[in-house]
Amino acid sequence: MANHQHAAPAPVGGSLVNIVTLSCGVLIALMAAILMVRFLFGLGAVTGLNDGYPWGIWVVVDVIIGSAFACGGFSVAMLVYIFNKGEYHPLVRPALLASLFGYTLAGAGVIFDLGRWWNVWNMFWPGSINPNSVMFEVAVCITLYIMVMWIEFSPTFLEAMGKTDAKKKLGKAMFFIIALGTVLPMMHQSSLGTLLVVMGVQIHPLWQTPILPLLYLLTAITMGYAVVLFESCLASSAYRRKIEMHMLTPLAKVMLGFLAVYLVVRLGDLLVRGALFKAFVPSVEALMFWLELACFIAPLILIGAETNRRNPAKLFLAGVLLMLGGALLRLNGFLIGYETGDGFTYFPTLAEVLVTAGMFAIEVLGYIIITRRFPVLPREEATH
Amino acid sequence: MGDMNEIFETGRKTLQEVEQRLEMPRREFLQFCATLAVTMGLPSGAEAAVAKAIEAAKRPSVIWLHFQECTGCSESLLRAEHPTLEKLILDVISLDYHETLMAAAGHQAEAARKAAMKANKGKYVLVVEGAIPTKEKGIYCKIGGQTAIDMVKECAADAAAVIAIGSCASWGGMPSTISPLSDSSPTGSAGVAEVLGKPVVTIPGCPPNPYNFLATVVHFLTFGKLPEVDKLGRPKFAYSRLIHENCERRAHFDAGRFAMEFGDAGHRQGYCLYKLGCKGPETYANCSTLGFGDAGENNWPVGCGHPCIGCTEKGVGFQKPIHQVAKMLNVTPPLQYPRIVEEQGKAASFASAAAVAAVAGAAAGAAIMLTRNLGLSHAAEEAERANDAGKLSADKAGV
Repeated sequence: MANHQHAAPAPVGGSLVNIVTLSCGVLIALMAAILMVRFLFGLGAVTGLNDGYPWGIWVVVDVIIGSAFACGGFSVAMLVYIFNKGEYHPLVRPALLASLFGYTLAGAGVIFDLGRWWNVWNMFWPGSINPNSVMFEVAVCITLYIMVMWIEFSPTFLEAMGKTDAKKKLGKAMFFIIALGTVLPMMHQSSLGTLLVVMGVQIHPLWQTPILPLLYLLTAITMGYAVVLFESCLASSAYRRKIEMHMLTPLAKVMLGFLAVYLVVRLGDLLVRGALFKAFVPSVEALMFWLELACFIAPLILIGAETNRRNPAKLFLAGVLLMLGGALLRLNGFLIGYETGDGFTYFPTLAEVLVTAGMFAIEVLGYIIITRRFPVLPREEATH
Repeated sequence: MGDMNEIFETGRKTLQEVEQRLEMPRREFLQFCATLAVTMGLPSGAEAAVAKAIEAAKRPSVIWLHFQECTGCSESLLRAEHPTLEKLILDVISLDYHETLMAAAGHQAEAARKAAMKANKGKYVLVVEGAIPTKEKGIYCKIGGQTAIDMVKECAADAAAVIAIGSCASWGGMPSTISPLSDSSPTGSAGVAEVLGKPVVTIPGCPPNPYNFLATVVHFLTFGKLPEVDKLGRPKFAYSRLIHENCERRAHFDAGRFAMEFGDAGHRQGYCLYKLGCKGPETYANCSTLGFGDAGENNWPVGCGHPCIGCTEKGVGFQKPIHQVAKMLNVTPPLQYPRIVEEQGKAASFASAAAVAAVAGAAAGAAIMLTRNLGLSHAAEEAERANDAGKLSADKAGV
């Protein structure tokens, strides 16, 4: 990174009280109230879960989709540190911040969904663990990654507190932490796909394939870049800053590369398995499949040309579409194409929707507070 | 050929004799022998030995004593039809003393007992039905002026075998139940083994299945010794398995389908009675494989929808409350069970559908607005850049 000179990160500053933070506060308060009922009276009191659908949007949206959205930090860190593309370095901290929140909340979200949450310590207790379980792999890996990410992000806090010595000491071990921070998400993002593989015929053929781990990993990386596009455009708009187009335009190209690989693997797999015809049988699943595929293909058309990649509006839209596509892939596999038996239905209750909204509100509020008070976003140049 | 015919002829003659003596068709008699052999878990071919033993008509003398009991064991034996009791007591064995069934009464009866004991010294079978009160030297049960303790000791002294029938004779049974407020039962009731101070064969049950008793007697007739028993004196052929292991409702237990109260949906569908206090999981007996009363299978408490009370198990039957949940001796079920009717989820409510639509709408709206603004500012920047470039070229041209 020595050969790249970037503006040092600095706090954005400004008031913490505005319409956005207040709305977030209301959503978070509602979530807290619902969660209190949930922890006192059980899952049945607030959710629409049943034996046929033992997980709902708290797991699928908050944890599985949420952690995929939180892959920005991992995707960018991999690009900067593993592929040594130092020019993207200013994107690392904001991306890492979003990931940090996404993952920490995903970890907390799992607890909300555990029927007997007070037994959760068994997951890590040597006498109780089941090392053959995919769930165990996901749980331990995500827990480790959350810790790794907090360490990875800690220089931001150390800088703000003026502890340069501690930061320097941490810097010496950082290469190891960064390596872990790249390996761990690759492990569990693919394992989230494996979760579906072990469910066999309960998953619709359009989303059930032995290469699900690869599909989930590829989309997680792609979504990571999409989230960076989304987050950069949003932050620039909200804070009235200049959009870092000189980084986002080439980053979008990297993203399209991963996207192309994904589409080849995805469609190739459907053809090889002979499952593609299911997409032409009129059904909710087929409709959702086409919607999902459209979300993945649209960015290629939208920002396939270099000139279009210079347009922040198109970059933003492409980022949103890709996030939606990745989210649909997960939603379709884990809920819509998931069938455990006749008669079972699931639709999230109002309480579940409000809790999920509250989780995203925490992320937004946390992002605002930290970027306004801690050095995350690059300092705006006075020349602008 | 002549020899073979002779053998067949003899066999036929013997069977004909048995047929006449037992008033039982040949086929039914052989069936009876096979049933008993199977009950005892004897190897194939043993039914022939059983048949031969019964055919031989040695008719061992049996002395049957009654103490603290309800005669339920004898009553249950009366319900046996293969053979009926009168055939059994008149033709298979020689029942020389049985207070309920014998014609004699008073001193005549006691004289008959003493005569039989003397005539068959060391060869008769002693059957005891009912518990023996031991408190205050056994004064709570006297027959002909003799206490139960003295009587059982006297009869057991010269018996070839002692069989305790029913839970009362086995360990004290219902009369030995100790109230939580006292430290002994009212009469200090004890089983035969305790009084005699030596192990005896016990056929516990309230009442026991008559075929378990008959099979034990026939085993003695056939092989001249009593069957193999467990540490409580119960014949292993009948009492080596938990009722739970072969229960017809076991599949429901394994699937977690339980009747929660009498007459509920699960009870009506024949679900497992574990949660109603069935003691099958801690009671050793063959009730679940050998029905009662010759009325076919399912004719036993659990088959009729009532939980097992554990009558063959000391410390369970008459001791634990009937509806107390049994202690699992092998697999312990989880603390929580699935419900009988599982909820299958509800379709979207208006509120939840509206909430999802609102979130989706807000996100889409915000995304469109933001895209539009970004597009507008981009267009403005582009225009400015074009303008700058135009000015620059115009300046150049001007120079």
